[in-house]
Amino acid sequence: MPEKPLNQRKFLQPEQLRELGLLLFILAIGLAVQLRNPVFLSISNITSLFTNTAILGILAVGMMLVLVTRGIDLSIGAIIAFTGMVTALTVARFPGLPPFVAILEGIIIGMVFGALSGILVARLDVLPIIATLGMMNVVRGLTYVVSGGQWVSSYQMSDGFKAIATGKLFGINNLIVIAIVVYIVAAYYIRHTRVGRRIYAVGSNPEAAEISGLPRRRLIFLAYLIMGGLSGLAGVLWVAKFASAQGNTAIGYELNVIAACILGGVSISGGVGRIFGLILGTVLLGILNNALPLINVSPFWQMGIQGLVILAAVITNVLVRRNTERDALRRRAI
Amino acid sequence: MSDVRKISIEKEWSWKGFFLQWEWLLVLVLIVVFLVNSLISPYFLTLSSLIQTPSTFLDKAFIVFPMTMVIILGRIDISVGSTVALSAVVMAVSYNAGVPMPVAMIICLLVGTIGGGLNGLLLTQFKELSHVIVTLASMIIYRGIAYIILGDQASGGFPDWYSFLGWGSIAGIPFILIVFAVAAVIFGLVLHKTRFGRSVYGMGFNSTTCEYSGLRTDRVTLIVFTLAGLMSAVTALFLTSRMGSTRPNVATGYELEVITMVALGGVSTSGGIGKIGGPILAVFIIGYLSYGMGLANIQAPVVLVVIGLLLIVSVLAMKFRVSPKKRKLAM
Repeated sequence: MPEKPLNQRKFLQPEQLRELGLLLFILAIGLAVQLRNPVFLSISNITSLFTNTAILGILAVGMMLVLVTRGIDLSIGAIIAFTGMVTALTVARFPGLPPFVAILEGIIIGMVFGALSGILVARLDVLPIIATLGMMNVVRGLTYVVSGGQWVSSYQMSDGFKAIATGKLFGINNLIVIAIVVYIVAAYYIRHTRVGRRIYAVGSNPEAAEISGLPRRRLIFLAYLIMGGLSGLAGVLWVAKFASAQGNTAIGYELNVIAACILGGVSISGGVGRIFGLILGTVLLGILNNALPLINVSPFWQMGIQGLVILAAVITNVLVRRNTERDALRRRAI
Repeated sequence: MSDVRKISIEKEWSWKGFFLQWEWLLVLVLIVVFLVNSLISPYFLTLSSLIQTPSTFLDKAFIVFPMTMVIILGRIDISVGSTVALSAVVMAVSYNAGVPMPVAMIICLLVGTIGGGLNGLLLTQFKELSHVIVTLASMIIYRGIAYIILGDQASGGFPDWYSFLGWGSIAGIPFILIVFAVAAVIFGLVLHKTRFGRSVYGMGFNSTTCEYSGLRTDRVTLIVFTLAGLMSAVTALFLTSRMGSTRPNVATGYELEVITMVALGGVSTSGGIGKIGGPILAVFIIGYLSYGMGLANIQAPVVLVVIGLLLIVSVLAMKFRVSPKKRKLAM
């Protein structure tokens, strides 16, 4: 849904109403869990909740941009594994490597794969789901090939590298700091720069955007490039955090990321998605992962519950939207 | 409707057109795969080996038929792997709870059918929802339910006769190959010779037009997705029979392999174009290819890379083949 001109804004727009509902839902869950287990709202648990959700949040930003262009990227789990593996191998070979260089290496490798998906989708018009499904296979296979089926374990990584994920800045875990920086940059980029607005324009109406002279293909390519870069970053953070790189790292993680976006109100048909909603969606998913074990729900239930919450969220979304559209029609009739 | 018909099958018949079909290219590829395989192993190109090998890869091939329909509709179903797992798990658990095996097998088919039907129902009731989202959600939910039922246990201990499904053969031909052939004929007839099949193609080209022309588009969507669920359950039957037991994590990634087979088979992912023969050939190409790579001691990850590249290349090749035709349609 395109944004309405400023003078038509009502007190609460449908999107904001939706986010308010989501916020209330999160608070309700938080309260319920807190009553069952008072550990939930302790500082240490909250910190671990956000530390565990940071990587998901970083990836969700990239996925939102891709979804906004009417695309989807299923290859990010594989890209995380590949960049994580390659940086871990590099660190194991050159223990003196500054952590900053490792992060940069991950981002660049990720961007190469993102660019490949981008070319397939934007230049060669392959359906995004097909192109990235193929990329997912190729990259996952390459991960096993470069590692020779071996793991890179904690003792092979330098302390400096592991400190990327365990270190603190101003008393806050590095992962959270990086996520906050990503969100601030993204929020500015999306709302206040020309390129950011154009990505939304292309997503809400590709034909109109192209006729108005926007470089549609280049903008779509850009979305996949950013997604690739963020996946590369996430790959390095992932390996630093878990202090181990394996062939099957982050397998299926793309689904969690897409789920966070959908919960956050990002529309898969393009053009819609707000940073605030995204934060709520990510936090909700993080709480589900964090809180269910706290109230003794078996880990085997987590997947099913997550799926049901996603389905409930998208259906509620549709019902709310139908309602507002009917209201709009009725108003026009009078 | 008559336009669609003319464009998608009843082109002017000519020898040149006949031999320029995608399927002939696939036949050529299949022959190359055969030749390379027989260079690797002298035992490959014997009749018995050729006939016995398919039973190692045909289990997932049953999903290829409904997936072909789903993709001709211009949609995609990524929940099939999870449906396989869920129906297999329910079958195993109900058998071990004392249900007789034949009944448990029927329950398996029912679970698959319901799973697919729910997808179809959601898609027709909430048209705003994308098929990607709906099948993504059910992919997570079905796999989740399988985990809820079985945890990380395996369940098995089936009666001896059940292994006949995956391992047995009649007159030297594997039972699974016979069932596959029968299913291929049925699906081929339904897709190419019935009104229902024509509606699938029509909706792939332009769903709105079909709806305005009085086609019951909702019913077609519902049936196609239900079939996807049913055939996933058939896959579950054969897969479980071959493995002897089942776990909640079986058939992970099947959706990818099946979609790759359909795309390689010349079915356009933008809908409306493709025949059943292509995907069937693709099943054997990919099957014999992986088998041959196994013979040559090539690691599984490399096979993964090859399948991924194959998917991308075949979709690209289709693009360049289809686009002039579509352009003509637009004019």
